Parts: sequence; structure tokens; C-alpha cells
Amino acid sequence: MSRLKIATPDQAQLTVERLYKDLERHIIASPPGLCPVDLQLSFLKVCHAQTCGKCVPCRVGLAQLQNLMEDVLDGKATMETLDLIQSTAENVANSADCAIGFEAAKMVLAGLEGFREDYINHIKKGKCSVHLHQSIPCVALCPAQVDIPGYIALVGAGRYADAVKLIRKDNPFPTACGLICEHPCESRCRRNMIDAAINIRGLKRMAVDNAPSNTVPVPTKEESTGKRIAIIGGGPSGLSAAYYLELMGHHAVVFEEKSKLGGMLRYGIPAYRFPRERLQEDLDAILSTGVEVHLNSRIGNGEGEIPFDKLRAEFDAVYIAIGAHTDKKIGIPGEDSQGVISAVEMLREIGEERMPDFKDKTVVVIGGGNVAMDCTRSSIRLGAKKVIIAYRRRQDDMTALPEEIEGAIAEGAELYGLKAPHHIEADANGKVAALWVEPQIIGPIDAWGRARPIHADVDLQRIPCDIIVVAIGQGIMLRPFEEAGIKIKRGTISALSSSELANNEGVFAGGDCVTGPATVIRAIAAGKVAAANIDEYLGYEHIITCDVEIPDPSIDDKRPCGRIQLTEKEAGERKKTFAPMECGMTVQEACQEAGRCLRCDKFGFSTLKGGRTLKW
Amino acid sequence: MVNLTIDGLKVSVPEGTTIMQAAATVGIDIPRLCFLKDINEISACKVCVVEIQGQNRVVTSCTTPVQEGLVVYTNSPKARSVRRTNVELILSQHDCLCATCVRSGNCSLQKLSNDLGIYDIPFEREIVDTPWNQNFPLIRDSKKCIKCMRCVQICDKVQDLHIWDVQNTGSRTTVDVAGNMCIEDSNCSLCGQCIAHCPVGALKERNDVPKVYEALADSTKITAVQVAPAVRTAWAEAFNMPEEMATEARMAAALRRIGFDYVFDTSFAADVTIMEEANELLERLQDPEGYRWPMFTSCCPGWVSYVTKKYPAFVPNLSTTKSPQQIFGAILKSYFAEKKGLKPKEICSISVMPCVSKKREAALLSMRSSGTHDIDIVLTTREFVRLLKAEHINPATLPEEEFDNPLGKSTGAGVIFGATGGVMEAALRTAYFAMTGEEAPADAFVDVRGEKGRKVREFTIAGKTLRTCTVSGLGNAGRLIEDLQAGKVHYDFVEVMACPGGCVGGGGQPIHDGQERAGMLGQKLYKLDDERKLRQSHNNPDVVTLYSEYLEKPLSERAERLLHSDHVKEKNYLV
Repeated sequence: MSRLKIATPDQAQLTVERLYKDLERHIIASPPGLCPVDLQLSFLKVCHAQTCGKCVPCRVGLAQLQNLMEDVLDGKATMETLDLIQSTAENVANSADCAIGFEAAKMVLAGLEGFREDYINHIKKGKCSVHLHQSIPCVALCPAQVDIPGYIALVGAGRYADAVKLIRKDNPFPTACGLICEHPCESRCRRNMIDAAINIRGLKRMAVDNAPSNTVPVPTKEESTGKRIAIIGGGPSGLSAAYYLELMGHHAVVFEEKSKLGGMLRYGIPAYRFPRERLQEDLDAILSTGVEVHLNSRIGNGEGEIPFDKLRAEFDAVYIAIGAHTDKKIGIPGEDSQGVISAVEMLREIGEERMPDFKDKTVVVIGGGNVAMDCTRSSIRLGAKKVIIAYRRRQDDMTALPEEIEGAIAEGAELYGLKAPHHIEADANGKVAALWVEPQIIGPIDAWGRARPIHADVDLQRIPCDIIVVAIGQGIMLRPFEEAGIKIKRGTISALSSSELANNEGVFAGGDCVTGPATVIRAIAAGKVAAANIDEYLGYEHIITCDVEIPDPSIDDKRPCGRIQLTEKEAGERKKTFAPMECGMTVQEACQEAGRCLRCDKFGFSTLKGGRTLKW
Repeated sequence: MVNLTIDGLKVSVPEGTTIMQAAATVGIDIPRLCFLKDINEISACKVCVVEIQGQNRVVTSCTTPVQEGLVVYTNSPKARSVRRTNVELILSQHDCLCATCVRSGNCSLQKLSNDLGIYDIPFEREIVDTPWNQNFPLIRDSKKCIKCMRCVQICDKVQDLHIWDVQNTGSRTTVDVAGNMCIEDSNCSLCGQCIAHCPVGALKERNDVPKVYEALADSTKITAVQVAPAVRTAWAEAFNMPEEMATEARMAAALRRIGFDYVFDTSFAADVTIMEEANELLERLQDPEGYRWPMFTSCCPGWVSYVTKKYPAFVPNLSTTKSPQQIFGAILKSYFAEKKGLKPKEICSISVMPCVSKKREAALLSMRSSGTHDIDIVLTTREFVRLLKAEHINPATLPEEEFDNPLGKSTGAGVIFGATGGVMEAALRTAYFAMTGEEAPADAFVDVRGEKGRKVREFTIAGKTLRTCTVSGLGNAGRLIEDLQAGKVHYDFVEVMACPGGCVGGGGQPIHDGQERAGMLGQKLYKLDDERKLRQSHNNPDVVTLYSEYLEKPLSERAERLLHSDHVKEKNYLV
């Protein structure tokens, strides 16, 4: 008889633990367009299975809530049922002993508020108001709706040039997206249900690494229509529109303010992430369609600038895609000291190949987004002695991709979390001497689920430094357009989802200047939408399609298999140079990774509705 | 060629062949349920599963293409077990009251579960009963629906009407009218193609047989039945008669045995339709500026309903001539009634049609030119067969009998109305005569025949070139209208039938799961045409008499009142 025992989980418990993980991944891969009431009922069942059974509200209340929700789904409920669900859930939430009960009830209440319409639809019409639309999760989540299962299958078959052609049907920047896309497509990949999402971006990179886009000819252009479209801004959105308009037989004329094309791809993203020669591959392919480019051409009413009205009068349509390239200030004392620069300015200088002198300097980067990481890692490569990231929340709260933060830390950056900038101290010459920060503690969660920092009851801290980079967001140069009578809403150009402007016929806008700073793929998608709607506005119905046939899916069993991650050059090496740091897949890796794709275009709901989109 | 082994047999088939097709080449008929070639290849029921050597999971043979060296087992323990479980699961949600099901004996699920020897179901029964307007000509019985999605696919891919859609998600996923609508408010043309492709009894026409019994039992009513051209091609299938016994005359005898007082032929009214429609075309051609072009035929109520609901701007293109069913009803309750000294209300006018949409057409307010419903009851071919069975009439034992006169005699032109291109060909025969004063050679217009969805032909008659287009299937019709709207095509005369292949492939015809029989049935009509002594509508002596005694001439005032409609009152349909 032993007095104490070491607790070891038994087989059943171990299995349940594994099933928890399976369920988590299953939920991550939830397709869009499911009945919210049905889902809520299922969640409630899980919560109810967790109850210990001691307290009445949790043991019985959650059961009765399930019955009431079943009634709603079975069309047996009335509006009074909804009131009963409401009051019961409130009473459970107010009286259950522990979080198992009161949080379960709160989820019910959140649903009653968040999708009340659907509850009512079930009660009054006996039907769900939600419809399953797009059944290929990755395609549904790609803003440009690129045919992802199609090109994955082509990469798996080693048909890299065909993959590039297929990607180009919806996205003329395969290289940019192969290297730096934020890949929203991967987030609900159904493969999560088995093991982990497909490395979609990695496979796209494999295609462009083996078939550089400037070696893959663009499709034949339609017969010339004689229509001319002015495109303001030579970034991803403007050039995407230009590419498709040229293919449709129109003539696209791009006006770019800077000395080179590429927009944020050149002036925002550092070369170690996206080498300039790789950008040039996409640009060459796009320009091979016959796009006319005017560099150093600014729209405005100043000297040497082209007035917007003149452009509108001379062209059949105009697409505004000027991006978000202006600075945002923090608004703290000392911000005008020498040595304080904005992220936009810093990255623009690097883009113009005018490298700032950071050698042996101490640099503080203020911000927690991807741009802040780009500045941090660029500062390290510029030879800074020490680079500090000052952020007012925690590392977990940063909006930058986790791999960017980890990469920066690996390269030697120091992360000072929970430090809100207070003021900048300058020396007698007006040069930056230090950043003073106000320490924070993490506080209550706001309505968006994000923990808010609050003032810590400690003294201000001084961070001695030579350079301060402000990376807290970008603005949009709106004045010339505002003056031309274009409607502005909350600091962005107000455009419809069709990219048309409500009160300016023939004028379209898209990309960062409409959405605010966002991702390259969203900008590309906006260019595609604009091209389609400009074509229609001009009275045409040109179709963009791709004649590449894709391989049939394999019938092999889908056995669990790890996800291939792209590797990077070793931190100590890569931090010395702006040379590219990411390494592509090998053929072996790409074949295995492509073989993991579940081909949702051929299995599941898409065989019935909403399969591959072959043209637009 | 790809080489593989199926159940131990060596098979060699072209690349891209499915395992199901490959198995069929060596006589292995893999059980299936949801599969419908080219229409519904969604591997949903998981009945046609087969095991592939070396693979843990089974695959569906309907969608999996063959691969070199595959070793396939269609009846391995695993394949058999999966197939059985899936059929049992389908049965657990299917109302298995086969004895009272309209599809009993012709149900793919019933046959499948019987073939597989399933006599018990280990699962709890979960039958979903959703309310449905039982007065609507098309009935959906949710208790029987197995969610195979064929109705959704036929309506989407062939008819392009998108009436059905998947409704709800998760375990409550079902099929329902799209867009949260009621069927009455939808654009449903009632073509009935969803019924004709339903593997079970979830979709069916409203049963109007009881109304027929009521009429037959009513001593104050004279019953007169007409039978459409297409019906004669398929009515006898259920009676296992040799082809040569399944004659029009034996069909007339069978109808008479049921107890109808008069047995007539819709083909007679088709001849009248041609007299009106061909002359309407000639009249429009005289005044090209005064009309919208092309002129559309109007004998298919599915098509007329489609135009009025989906493309109302094209309503003026429709010929104003009513369909043969309605022309028949109008003449029956006027000319014939007067001849017999009867009041219109004393006649119960019944029609047997290969069509569900005719039930709707008969009820339209615009179809009461005799002062009452010109047609009182419409039966589909299937209901007609059921009626014969209920009356225990064995047609094989019956002598051949003629249709009654004067509304029973028809020409070959009237008979071919049931096939795509038939109305066009019949109209051209009569238009040719009207324009040249001579009869066209027998094979002058056979070019308009054939199953192709859109056939474009030009004919030069009396120096005038007539551009014709013949379309069947509403998807094809929609594409034609889009092309007309875009100015891509220009025709003078367009024939449209809502069902692929024409009325012989109609939504009211007997159902043969997995077979498209319109082409074969259409040939039967062309054979009848070939055998007819009279082949042009204007040579039908009873039609000539009708005009000389009553209507005077085509498009006369009386003809306009009885035989024409402007179709805009389509919306007046009340159920």
C-alpha cells in the first residue's frame, strides 16, 4: 500500500488528449458558409460534455438550451422560444459556479446577438439563411481567387511553366506572391484536419524558381479596341490592372511618381525578402504585354505635375492605385529631432538603392507590424550596432507574422515589449539621444478580443539611441484627388466593391489607397476587379482564361505527413547582407508537399457546386 | 490504352475511362445510385465503391479514372461492406413505404436494396417531412428525398433554371427551392426534367387520376380525351408488348376501355396549330417592320412560361397560336359542342400529355375561350399508364380501334410535333404550299431533325430565304436568347421545346433511370409520319372541314378568339 502515486495518464486519457488536438485542427479548417445555429448547437454539446454535473444551471440548463436550439433547427420553435433561450442563457451565465457553465451560456448569448437573423429565418421560414458558396477553402480565401489546387497539381507534376500560366490567369505577380505573399489561402486549408496546411506559398515559389515568369510567355492579346486607360501608380494593383487591360486589347498607360516600377514591392519590401531581380521578372512579363510607362510622373496641380482632370479627359477610363506611401507621426515631443525617420522614408531610400548610414549606430524601431520588422532587419543589415524594437503591447499581440518576429530576434534584434513611446530626447545639436518610454502592463481584453496595455505604476525608462525609426502605419496622398472632386472616406479613397467611384463615371480606384495599408495580394485582386469592370464599362466582355489542363488527383490514401517548411540562411550569415535569405524547395520536397493537397476541387462539395473557376 | 484488372478480368480501355465504364466493358455492372452520366458525377451516395489493391480506402468507380496496372475488386469484403452500410444509411432517412409509392417497381433505391439483400436496417429511422403545396403540378416529397442532387444538376446544367438548390448545412442539408422561395413563386417552368431524373419517388406530378374517376362517374358529363403525339411512343412500355402491337389504334382502344365517351387525337389539333402558325409566320413575313424577329413557336408551355418569366421582352416574339392541347380544348368546347348540341360545361375535356407543364397551362385564365376551362384535366403519360393498370386493362388483349371523328384524324405533320424539329418541319411543309402552290418533296425539310441542342438551317422557298433555328432544352433556349440579344445571330423562325429532344423526352414520360430515350422515341414518330398517307396539315380533310364549316380561314376573327393568346396572362396562373 503506497501513500502517494505518480499520476500517469492512461490510454483513454491520452487518446482524448490527441482528439482535442484533432478537433482544434478540424475547427481551424472550418469551411465558410456553415449554419451558425447548427454550429452553435454543436459547440454547446461539447461544453455540456465538460460539465461536472454539480450545479443545476450547467447540468440541466445547457441541456435544455440544446433542446430549444434543436427546436429552432427543426422548425418547431416560435419567437417565444427565442426569448426563452435568451432568459435561460442569461440565468445560466449569471449563476453557474465555474467557467464551464457561464462561458458556455455566454457563447449562446453571443450567438443570439451576432446571428439573430439566422435564428429568425429558421423559425419563420424553416430554412437556414446561410449558403455554402465557395467550396475550395484556399481559393475562397485568396483575394484574387487564384486556382490554387490547379497550380499545386502542376508543380507536383513538374510542369512549372504551366503553373505560372495558370497563376497568371488571376494574378500577374506569381514571383512576388511566391516570395512574399501573406498566404491567407493557407489559413483554412482542409489538410489541417489531417496534419497541417499545405505550404501553398512554398509551392508557388517552386514554380517561379524553376520557370521564372519572364521566361514564360504571356497569353496572346485580344484584338486592339483602341481604348486607352490611364493607370495612376505602378505598384502591384496598377500593374495588375494594366496587364489584364492589355490582354483584353485595351492600351494601359501607367503614370508612376517614382523612378522605378513596383510600388511597395520595391519601396516597402526589402531586397533580402524580395530581391530586385526577382521583382524585375514579374515586371518584364507584365510589360511584355505592351503596357506604356511614364516614370517620375506625379498627378497633381503643382508645377511639372499632371492635373487629374486632364488625365480623365484624355483617357477612356482611369484607375487610381497610388498605394499608401506617406508617413504617420506618433505625435510625441521631440519627434522632429535629427535621426528620427519614418519607415516609409527608410524603405524608400533603400528601394532607390541609397543606403542610409546606420553603421555602428543604435537604432530603435517603434511598431509591431511587418513593416517594423522589415525596418528592424534592414537596420541590422545596414550594420547597426544594436537594434531595439519598442512596442507598447506584448510580442503575442504584434500584427507582424510570427516568423518575421522570430527572424528579427534570431538576427539579434532586442524586443522591448510593453513600452509605450513617451518622448524623444535630443542632444544640444538637436540629434536623437534617447527614446523615453512609459512601461505598461497588459490589461483588459477589448471588444475585438485584443488585450489593451495600461499604464504601469513605475518610472519612465530611457533607451539611449542614435536613430529612431517610426513604423506605426502609412497614410495616403489624397490631396490631388480630393481637389479633383473625388470622395474621401476615413483617410482613403471611397470606392465601391466593383472598384468604381460612385460619382465619377469612368474612374476606378483600388489597392492600398482604398483599403488602407494591406497585403500585396489584396492590391493585385483589386487590379483584377478593376480590369474586369473597366472592360465592362467600356462596353466589352473580354474573357480571361487559361488553357492549361491540370492533372487528375491521385487516388492514394491520404496518410498523415509533416508540412515542408522553407528554410532560411543561417541567421549569422544572412544578417550581414541584403542578399535573399529564403531557400526554395527541392524537387523531392515539392513533390511530397504537392502530394499532400487534398484536391478540394475534385472531392467534396465542389464536385456539385462551385468547383474551379476557369474564366472571368 | 490503359490496362488493369477488375475482379480478376484483364481490361484494356482508353485513358480517361472511369473504373465504372471499364467494368461495364467486361460485363460488370457496378451498383450505383446518384450517378447520372455527364450530369451528376459527384460521388455522393458512395454506393459504386470499389477496392483497389494496396489502398486502405475504397474509391468511387463513377469518378475515378483507370490507371495502368490497377487491380480493382468490385465485391471485396470491404467494398461490399461500405456499399451496404451506405445503402442502409440512405434507407434510414428514406420513407420506405414502397407499397404506396408512385415509383414502386421503378425505383432505383428499392431495386438496389433488394439486389443487395438488405432486409433490416440497423439504424434509427429519421424521416423529414416538410410541407409542400399539394395543388401545385409538381410535388416534392421530402420524406423520399435521398439528396442525390440530380434535380439540382438537371435544372442547373441542362435547363439552366436553377430552381433547386442545396439548403441548410451539416446534418440538416437538404434540397429545396433556391433562394428561400416557394415553388409557386419561382421561375419553375414545370418542364418536369427533375421528376424524370429522380431515382426515387421524391419528385412527382400532382396525381389527377382521381379527378378522371370523378368525371367518369358523373352522368351529367360527357368525357372527351385527347392524346398527345409523344404519348404513343412510350405508353405501352409498361405492358411488355411487342413493338408492332403498341399501335396508335390499340392505344385508342385502351382509352375507350377506360370509359371515355370520345377518344381523340391531339395530332389533329397540331394540324390546326400549323394552319394558324404557318399563316401567322407568312403574315409577319409580309410586314417585317411590324413585328419582332424571330418568331418563336408557342406550343410548348414550359418554353412559354420560361419566356414570360425570364425574358418578358421577348413575349412579342412568341407566336400567338395556342398549343395543340389548348386548341383542341377550344375546338372541342365550341365547334364540337355545337355539333353535338352540348354546352361547354357539359363536356369534361381530358388530355394525356408527356408533360407536367400542360397541367399548369390548362389552368391559366387565358385558356378559357369557351367560357370555361377548355381543358379540365391533364394526365401525364405516367398517370395514363397507372390508370390503365388500376383499371386492369391489358392492352395486348385489345383489338385495334380508330380514334373518334371529327377530331381524331391527323396527318404526319401533326404526329411529328412530339419531336424536336417536328413543329418546324410541319410548319415548313404548309408554308411551302402556301408560298408556292405546290407540295414540298417529302424529304425537303428533314434537315431540321436530330437531337442536337441547336440546329440552324436556311431554306429558300419561292425565292425567299427563311432562316430557321430549332432548339430543345431550356439551357439551349436561354443561350439562344442571349445570342439574339447580343445581335450575334439572326433568324426568321425559331422552334423551342423545353425538354431535350422535344416532347418525346418530356417530363411526363415513363422514367428509365440512366437512359435518355428522346432520340429513339422521336424516331418512332418519324416512322409514323412516313407511314401516313397524309403528311401535310393543310391536307387533313377534317381540318379543311373545320375551316369551311366553322373557322372560315386561318387567323379569322373566330380563329383569333379561340385559338390565339397573347401569353401575357401567364402570370394569372392560380393554384
